[in-house]
Amino acid sequence: MSNMTSATSPIDQWEKEEYKYGFVTDIETDTLPPGLSEDVIRVISGKKQEPQWLLDWRLKAYRHWQTMTEPTWANIKYPPIDFQKIIYYSAPKLDKDRPKSLDEVDPKLLETYEKLGIPLEERAVLAGVAVDAVFDSISVATTFKEKLGELGIIFCSFSEAARDHSELVKKYLGSVVPYSDNFYATLNSAVFTDGSFVYIPKGVRCPMELSTYFRINAMSTGQFERTLIIADEASQVSYLEGCTAPMRDENQLHAAVVELIALDDASIKYSTIQNWYPGDKDGKGGIYNFVTKRGKCLGRRSHISWTQVETGSAITWKYPSCILQGDDSVGEFYSVALTNNYQQADTGTKMIHIGKNTKSTIISKGISAGHGQNTYRGGVKINKGADNARNYTQCDSMLIGDQCGAHTFPYIEVKNATAKMEHEATTSKIGEDQLFYCNQRGIGMEDAINMIVNGFCKEVFRELPMEFAVEAQKLLEVSLEGSVG
Amino acid sequence: MLEIRNLHVAVDGNEILKGVDLKVGAGEVHSLMGPNGSGKSTLAQVLAGRETYEVTDGEVLFNGKDLLDLSPDERACEGVFMAFQYPVEIPGVTTNYFLRAALNAIRKYRGEDELDAFDFIEFVKEKARVVAIDNSLLQRAVNDGFSGGEKKRNEIFQMAVLEPKLAILDETDSGLDIDALKIVAEGVNKLRAPDRAIILITHYQRLLNYIVPDAVHVLVDGRIAKSGGKELALELETDGYTKIAGQRAAVETEKV
Ligand SMILES: Nc1ncnc2c1ncn2[C@@H]1O[C@H](COP(=O)(O)OP(=O)(O)OP(=O)(O)O)[C@@H](O)[C@H]1O
Ligand SMILES: [Mg+2]
Repeated sequence: MSNMTSATSPIDQWEKEEYKYGFVTDIETDTLPPGLSEDVIRVISGKKQEPQWLLDWRLKAYRHWQTMTEPTWANIKYPPIDFQKIIYYSAPKLDKDRPKSLDEVDPKLLETYEKLGIPLEERAVLAGVAVDAVFDSISVATTFKEKLGELGIIFCSFSEAARDHSELVKKYLGSVVPYSDNFYATLNSAVFTDGSFVYIPKGVRCPMELSTYFRINAMSTGQFERTLIIADEASQVSYLEGCTAPMRDENQLHAAVVELIALDDASIKYSTIQNWYPGDKDGKGGIYNFVTKRGKCLGRRSHISWTQVETGSAITWKYPSCILQGDDSVGEFYSVALTNNYQQADTGTKMIHIGKNTKSTIISKGISAGHGQNTYRGGVKINKGADNARNYTQCDSMLIGDQCGAHTFPYIEVKNATAKMEHEATTSKIGEDQLFYCNQRGIGMEDAINMIVNGFCKEVFRELPMEFAVEAQKLLEVSLEGSVG
Repeated sequence: MLEIRNLHVAVDGNEILKGVDLKVGAGEVHSLMGPNGSGKSTLAQVLAGRETYEVTDGEVLFNGKDLLDLSPDERACEGVFMAFQYPVEIPGVTTNYFLRAALNAIRKYRGEDELDAFDFIEFVKEKARVVAIDNSLLQRAVNDGFSGGEKKRNEIFQMAVLEPKLAILDETDSGLDIDALKIVAEGVNKLRAPDRAIILITHYQRLLNYIVPDAVHVLVDGRIAKSGGKELALELETDGYTKIAGQRAAVETEKV
């Protein structure tokens, strides 16, 4: 990335060429040419009718990003990304460009939906069929919104929030993941296109699982998503992100940022099922998922819980973390990460204990099959003032076959002698004994593997909302298909 | 029902079974005895289809079919059941769930309807009573944290549920207290049927007081050294294996 700062950088070149593409005159166009510059950021911000402060914030991030280099510490390998070849703004596809019906959709994709048991109407939506042709999603969404509105809950797109709830957004945006945080988060801060915003007012318990899934129009918010969730005092919310259906996307790089803020006695539960296209059997064409997710337990007795089931993407780089700032606050991380074929995952969490009597739990289950590489990277930091902090970490890896790998990098930093830390880690090959035991009872090889893997993940699945848990199980089954010869 | 002819089995090039011949008819109970390391479990595992063991010679017919040609799960579906000497733990998978999956796999293979969770609970109630296995055990993960005796009893329970044609019990009696032993024996006796064969691998004549075998075989160093009626077990109890092993050795030397 060093050429970014040099005088004859590709940006300059691209800027010279922009007239050729009619950039300036054709500012109304829905898709910008590839490449990144301050002008591109201005266009994005303009299209979203953002307040000036937000544009300034984006530009600050962009200028900082230009001084940064891509991190190389993760245990993943991929060819260099050319950030000037990426298109940073493209309006949602028009209905006329979408498939008209399921008949026009890749049968392979439909087969997978079928296996996952996704209802017919939803399959169409997921496959990108023009929504109006399928069912009236807008009315479903509107009903939800009305109900939430009565409770004072704000649940809308990020762009909408930036316009209509500018003060709230301004107060909290970047307060957990600063614009300068890391290479991908900084890039996201400069160019994010949309995402979700949630605010739960004092004392309100959100009566339903909030889910990106219902916000069908937000499904194509694309590669630089920004999510901000604020739970005010004594409020509660459970948020679901993603879905089990494999999401195809032409964008190879995804760099989302999610920020959670929990005030006194508030509780946020954030569950993710990520199943982006992992690439074909040889690892070609999959998505790179470089995400920054962090929650701040700002208030006393606040509670943030991350649960993730990661089966997709060619490369996953993701560490949902908690900053336990309020006294007596609690952070949790439950994760299942599965890598098959040539997938690579470097994932884990960071728990930063600042307040007194703070408590964190980390349960990580990594499953590698095929040539998959699975890395757990976890950090627990107990600050000086964090009296009586407690952490429990359990980190288990399972290998299926002998060409895959599992790696564990726990980092622990304790600056307060009253801390109590417990760490357990296991790595096991999927037991030949266990498989044989199942086979001997009549259970075939694939079913046996599914059963053992599901059993292995149980502690995490238990944390998922009921429906999600069932889907997650099926998803693992589909993802493991063909993992044994 | 089961016919083993000249079975040779090796692990990593070491021959463990060196020509085993054994015939077990429908409705019969055979007891297989022999010193530690003589190959009893190996024989059981080979019959169940464990891949670690390489069959270098011989054949096994099960109801006229070439058993060695089938995968382990196919053998199970054909009615072969093995109670493991060391039952395996499967964390996170409840015994009920596991066993229903097993039962349904077998039923499906036979072209029968699968049982849903409710039918299954009804179906196993009676079986659980027979082997006096506590319902709470069935809701726990398979063998996870079970005591030695509970694991063995769980094997017999599974056998009762799956109703195999050929049951091979590998030292199911060891590690059981006297009451549990009676319960297990009762479970096995209940299963005795004209169309079912049972092979009991055991070190103790005691079990045979409860389950009276039709034949007793002694496996020594990978071969059946002696076969006889139930009295043979009593003889072994007093004389031990050395006498038979000695006879065998003598035969070997003569051959050379
Ligand atoms: N997987 C294996 N790898 C290497 N050697 C093996 C393996 N399985 C069995 N053996 C060897 O084969 C021989 C027979 O073992 P086996 O378990 O069949 O004996 P057994 O008659 O069941 O003994 P016991 O009465 O102690 O249960 C032993 O010497 C054992 O070490
Ligand atoms: Mg044995």
